Amino acid sequence: MSVHENRVGENQAGENRGGARMRLGLWLPLAIFAALIALFVHGLLRPADTSVASAFVGNPLPQFDLPAANSERPGLATAAFHSGKPRLLNIFASWCVPCAAESPQLAQLAQSGAVIEGIAIQDKPQDLARFLANNGNPYAAIGKDDDRKVQLEIGSSGVPETFIIDGRGVIRYQHIGDIRPEDVPMLLAKLKEAGA
Amino acid sequence: MIAEIGLAVLWMAAALAMLQLIAGGLSLRPEGRQLAALVRPVAVMQGVLVLVAFGALVTLFVTTDLSVKLVVDNSHSAKPLIFKIAGTWGNHEGSMLLWVTIMAVAGAFVALIERRLEERTLIATLAGQAFISLGFYAFLLIASNPFARLQEPVDDGQGLNPLLQDVGLAFHPPTLYVGYVGLSIAFSFAVGALVTRNVGPAFARAMRPWVLGAWIFLTVGITAGSYWAYYTLGWGGWWFWDPVENASLMPWLAATALLHSVSVLASRDALRAWTVMLGVVAFSMSMVGTFLVRSGILTSVHAFAVDPQRGTFILALLAIDIGSALALFGVRASTVSEGARFSFLSREASLVFNNVMLCGILGIVLVGTLYPLVTESMGVKVSVGAPYFNPVSAIFAFPMLLVMAVGPMLRWRKDRLDGERARRVSLPLAACGLLAVVVLVGVELTAHRISLLPALGIAMASGLVPASLLPLVGRNLRRTPFAVWGMVVAHLGLAVALFGMASESAFTTERLAALSIGETRDVGPWQVRLDGMMPVAGPNYTALEASVTARYEGGAPIVLHPEAESFANPPGTRNQSALLTRWNGQLYTVLGEQGDDGRWQMRFWWKPFVPLIWVGGLMVALGGFLALLGRVAADVRRLVAKDKIAWRRMRQGR
Repeated sequence: MSVHENRVGENQAGENRGGARMRLGLWLPLAIFAALIALFVHGLLRPADTSVASAFVGNPLPQFDLPAANSERPGLATAAFHSGKPRLLNIFASWCVPCAAESPQLAQLAQSGAVIEGIAIQDKPQDLARFLANNGNPYAAIGKDDDRKVQLEIGSSGVPETFIIDGRGVIRYQHIGDIRPEDVPMLLAKLKEAGA
Repeated sequence: MIAEIGLAVLWMAAALAMLQLIAGGLSLRPEGRQLAALVRPVAVMQGVLVLVAFGALVTLFVTTDLSVKLVVDNSHSAKPLIFKIAGTWGNHEGSMLLWVTIMAVAGAFVALIERRLEERTLIATLAGQAFISLGFYAFLLIASNPFARLQEPVDDGQGLNPLLQDVGLAFHPPTLYVGYVGLSIAFSFAVGALVTRNVGPAFARAMRPWVLGAWIFLTVGITAGSYWAYYTLGWGGWWFWDPVENASLMPWLAATALLHSVSVLASRDALRAWTVMLGVVAFSMSMVGTFLVRSGILTSVHAFAVDPQRGTFILALLAIDIGSALALFGVRASTVSEGARFSFLSREASLVFNNVMLCGILGIVLVGTLYPLVTESMGVKVSVGAPYFNPVSAIFAFPMLLVMAVGPMLRWRKDRLDGERARRVSLPLAACGLLAVVVLVGVELTAHRISLLPALGIAMASGLVPASLLPLVGRNLRRTPFAVWGMVVAHLGLAVALFGMASESAFTTERLAALSIGETRDVGPWQVRLDGMMPVAGPNYTALEASVTARYEGGAPIVLHPEAESFANPPGTRNQSALLTRWNGQLYTVLGEQGDDGRWQMRFWWKPFVPLIWVGGLMVALGGFLALLGRVAADVRRLVAKDKIAWRRMRQGR
């Protein structure tokens, strides 16, 4: 921009071509500013979607083989997701309040025919048993992930989170936070899509 | 009653701002010249009325008037008095009222004391200031009335976000605001000078104290905000390149550039169009910053102030104010004649170089902050963080710091570095450069696995500390002007802060530990022991307080108390870290949750020399303050001398 300064002078000295270019240059800040405003307007009109899209969507599940979290259900391994049928994978914990809040929605999903696999994070068998007794047990299997290794490997940063895994073990969708009643049809649709 | 008075007074102030704009605008034409006399008194009166309105809102908060919606939403009768007062601006409506208050009071000050500038330019400036103010008055009165009453009074208020209940934070936003709004005065001066085609040294001298003042407040505000984030958020970091932090950094960068170019214009009558441009850009960045924070257009930790509709309003103000100023610049800048010329090797040239570098950093930060917005409009989500900002801004910052060491040693207009000048300038600077190289080699040899940027930072800082003192060499220190002292202190502060930043990122030790009572861990040179856990009750929260004993290399034990606090109104938690400061660094402790096995999650950091970041930041602000003091003192002296002369003349005439 300091170049402006000198060119303004040249302009005065009567160098016409440089002067014309210079006069255009003086409008450059306004042009940049207009672009900025256009960007802001665009950003405001598109309400920000604050969820972070998972970079893991489209990737196959990592290899894992988790032991059973309690005596009611078997443990969970990657192999379970290669059955050809899409499944839901629910990351939860008995100590997590929103996990209890989403249990009616999970029950509804299970009733609609979805197979739900669970991974319990840093949980104790007796706490888990109490949680399942209070909130129902929609899970086909529950793996025990005490050091959060598998959770991190599939790109989940908290509980609850729900993944849709297609019949070949590929992550198709990641739902962050609890499943609300209005999310159920969307999840069923995505599940169907993953099976197609 | 107080709320109604506040609202009425605010309307009156808005009407006066309208009058100020119309009278100011008309008086620039020959037929409206008589109106010029109106502008100054109206500006003063507008400032007084807004102060009354602001006082009314503070009163409502202090007395916790539960029939006023804003008080109910943001305050609580059990809050300590200081947070009741701070609650006035800890919310959208109140902070906008604070904004117009500062703006109107600053305008009143200009109207009262500025006598050096040509009257027409001053009137145009005040009209410009009224123009910006009017937008904010409209915003307050139409879309965010702070004095709105509730239909039914309620029993008690909602309280204030616990994160915001902190003394540092109570004064952090107003400090930044003074800075932002101070830049509005610089903006108005630039607009006024463009309108009357009067860009010259007198304009620069009138503008300079305002730029300096705003810049000091911005520096203090950013430094304090960084320290606040460091000790309350419990992340152990001091700068996150968060959009809102960037929003405060960008006006600072522009103001820093403006500060230097306005000095060139004031003393050398060069860089005319460039200075005017920077005056517009600096305030634009304040407005952009406010917009980014308020609109929620970017995801940020500061998301407590978000409302998209307000965003639309601020965006409209931004487009009108800045758009018209830039259009004016496009029309008029070509008629601003060239200033004095200077050679490649001169103080002006080094200042131009640094201005360009500062604007480069500004561009880098702006692009990085807005990049997620751009990609999102194309359907891709990204977040931009330190891996982009640190190295890319360093590309501009390091050359800038080099020139910062050289520039103050050079002469105005034209310098040459041979003969006697070589002995005075080149040799000492070369010695500082050599010191930096030696330190770089030393750091690389002794400390392993230090990445390039921190190592370079430490080396540059060690060279810059002596280099920034060089302008004092050979001067009579008692007769050195305050402005020179200010420059030296500010440049030295920058070197000190750079050293703190580089040291923090090079040498920090972090420990995550699950501790039972009585267990000990090593954290760098420290041994820390968890002694016990105590429940404590604050005025509006309950907390668990850990007792941690820390020994430095086996020395005397020192006790720290990190806390995990729970607030009831509104519900929330806060981890109050405990810090232990030594001359060579800080031990930072955070209390987390209790694990299933009864052990406590704790997090420790040993950060060598980290306090220097904020010490340096405050030194930079102090430098600005010294320079401002020098300028103001000189002005006062001149005024007194003028009065004396006038008095003598009067007496002699008698």
